[in-house]
Amino acid sequence: MEFLLYFSDVFTPVNFGLLLIGTIGGLILGATPGLSPTMAVALLIPFTFKLEAAQGLILLGAAYTSTVAGGAVSAILLKIPGAPANIATTLDGHTMAQKGEGAKALQLSFVSSAIGGVFGVMLLIFLTPVLAKWALAFGPSHLFWLAILGVTIIGSLDSSSVIKGLLSGCIGLWLATIGFDDIMGAQRFIFHPAVSGGINVIPALIGLFAIPQVITMFAKGPNDTTAEVIAVKKQPVMDSIREVIKRRRALGIGTAIGSVIGLIPGVGGQIAGLVAYDQSKKFSPEREKFGTGHSEGVIAAEAANNAMVGPSLVPLLTLSIPGSPTAAVLLGGLLIHGIFPGSDLFDNHPDVAWTFINSMLIGQILMCIFGLYVAGLAASVARVPHSVMAAIVLGLALFGSYSVQNSMGDVYVMASLGIGMYFLERFGFSAAPLVLGLILGPIAEANFVQGSMIANATSGLGPYFLTGTLNLTLIAVVLASIAYSVWMELRQIRYTTKDDAVHKEEAL
Amino acid sequence: MKNLLAGAAIALMGLTGTAYADGHANYPERPVMLMVSYGAGGATDFQARIVTMTAGNEDALGMPIAIINKPGAGGRVGWNWMATQAESDGYTLGAYNVPHFIAQSIKGGVEYSADSFEPIANWGADPAVFVVAADSEMNSMTDVVDFAKANPGKLTFSGAGLFVGHHIAALQLEKAAGVKMAYIPSNKGGAGAMKSVIAGEVMGGVNNLSDAFRAAAAGNVKILGVFDLERNDFLPDVPTLKEQGFDIDNASVNFRGVMVPKGTPQGIIDKLAATVPAMFENGRVAGKMKAGGSPMYIMTRDEVLEMWAAREETLKELLAGL
Repeated sequence: MEFLLYFSDVFTPVNFGLLLIGTIGGLILGATPGLSPTMAVALLIPFTFKLEAAQGLILLGAAYTSTVAGGAVSAILLKIPGAPANIATTLDGHTMAQKGEGAKALQLSFVSSAIGGVFGVMLLIFLTPVLAKWALAFGPSHLFWLAILGVTIIGSLDSSSVIKGLLSGCIGLWLATIGFDDIMGAQRFIFHPAVSGGINVIPALIGLFAIPQVITMFAKGPNDTTAEVIAVKKQPVMDSIREVIKRRRALGIGTAIGSVIGLIPGVGGQIAGLVAYDQSKKFSPEREKFGTGHSEGVIAAEAANNAMVGPSLVPLLTLSIPGSPTAAVLLGGLLIHGIFPGSDLFDNHPDVAWTFINSMLIGQILMCIFGLYVAGLAASVARVPHSVMAAIVLGLALFGSYSVQNSMGDVYVMASLGIGMYFLERFGFSAAPLVLGLILGPIAEANFVQGSMIANATSGLGPYFLTGTLNLTLIAVVLASIAYSVWMELRQIRYTTKDDAVHKEEAL
Repeated sequence: MKNLLAGAAIALMGLTGTAYADGHANYPERPVMLMVSYGAGGATDFQARIVTMTAGNEDALGMPIAIINKPGAGGRVGWNWMATQAESDGYTLGAYNVPHFIAQSIKGGVEYSADSFEPIANWGADPAVFVVAADSEMNSMTDVVDFAKANPGKLTFSGAGLFVGHHIAALQLEKAAGVKMAYIPSNKGGAGAMKSVIAGEVMGGVNNLSDAFRAAAAGNVKILGVFDLERNDFLPDVPTLKEQGFDIDNASVNFRGVMVPKGTPQGIIDKLAATVPAMFENGRVAGKMKAGGSPMYIMTRDEVLEMWAAREETLKELLAGL
């Protein structure tokens, strides 16, 4: 209960002002495509040089929380996921926006983000010592099986066909091999200097999701006005809150999966949203509605990606090991004030530690309030004519992919993947499984290589990868997930022809 | 139209002519960019931001330095860019990590070597240390080597990757002790390698002194030896490998500093070489670096040139067998 003692520190005028700046600024930065939470926090670090330690961390903590949630804005309204965490949000969120329910989608996403986020920070406050053990429990063999578990959901993410889902997952896995390999430094498929560092996930995300729809909008030409008369439906805030409470299954699954997976260093943040989306789809009686603008999809994905924020800081705050790139940036923010995370932080600087954690708690709520306020205004983006919209999205896509690493190479990658995806979509393939392959490939590969190096030096491959409770549990879940997909596929064989796909495309 | 174009061309030529004539006395006239070939939040990025924060002062460059990150492939992406695409006009600086970039250029597959760059000054030296988990039975490097001798190839130990300082230290240890051990490179840098030691995935590890110092302070690891010529101020009680009877020098120490691409005008190199070391010596910089647990080690351009040449020789010999 120590955290309650330091609650008043959050509400001193300067601290609260910084919290407001961090939250509002974070929402704006998060909503800008290409500015991932990591970059947003890194951009703010120089400002904390002049602040006191606790004040600097309030700014960074608030910005971290609200950039994760802000990413939903561009995911829903523009179909550009700002970070891997928001991929799953595009699946139902953007479809809702196209039906004129953008305001509803945004409100649902902010409310469920806040609920998931508060739960995650609560875990950080009360269960940190337990969670720290759990975070360390995942070694290379477990992370390998976890990545394989991710691969098994690739097929079911695509709503039209399992085979096509798996195929685009394979394309993603292949794309992930491009560049210098992570461990041995071997060069693979480097046919142009732009890809020597591998395909960066963020430009790839922007290209795969945004460019096909830009091309579709341009292809319709300026005279096609049929799609432009979307009436943006008004949505009272209370209705959205009621909707979130009604969908407690999706909310619960999202929050639980986000908290558990978010804890695992290096993996969690990227796949929490997608895994939560997939699981709530499998457990939902209305699973066929997913992908058509169903509220459960948005709620599960957004609850998961904000629930992840608190637990993702556990390895940093307790063991001084940054578990994610964003945590590494926060570590810099602490070190600059001479504070070492770990026992030093909680024993000698409890004011800094608890003020920081409290500010993330308050930050979640402020983020929700501001988010709900702008949701109605932001949703009117849907009224912008397609020809203008296409140009704006294209501009944002170029800006976003360039700014990740200040590299034109990333812009080329974004453009070529986007154009390729346009044609793949015409044949009924979708972008989400491809991106999941791109994210999971390096995790599975690096952990397999590392694990087998350790195994060869010690117990041998078989015992290392196939024994131990955690390994066996994960393998069981993998098998269950495959069995479920096969069963679903047999029960309801789905066909998608090119004509269907084109028809679906035209409807967009 | 043709006349107009010709006139514009002549005017342009005139402009560039005057720029060359002034002998770089006014350099820098606009903000300078420092390329860091690792991501935001990493140790190199973090230190680069601190040591350049006073660049705008009148007694330093008088212009701010902006950090641009070009991460990827263990630094190769950034240094490739620096060697082939960066403009050598003095407004593009780069951060170097020795032995990383020299070892990578010896191994091949990159477009740079030590000859592609001109060093300006060195700001930091982060030695590698050997760590084991706090509950490990090993208490000295002799224990480690004894175990490795009894179980050839079975002692697993982590490090930040291949062809980085940690890997060089690992090779030196194997060579000096005459043992075979299992080096497990991490794809998550020093942090990933440290996590695998604390979690017990590996039996030991080579890591950065600055990170190990924090982990030891938190009670998570024991530091058994420093891969350097002398003991470090942060860890006065930890003996060097040499003191423990292994013939290992400072070839694995991670030196960080500033360089420019080859072809940068000599006048600008001279000016930078004169002002940058003084900028690193600023009291505020030293205070922030010490607070962050980052050891500083300032070297001038001539000293760095010598250090690069010496490293290249040692590393060629060490990596010849790979």
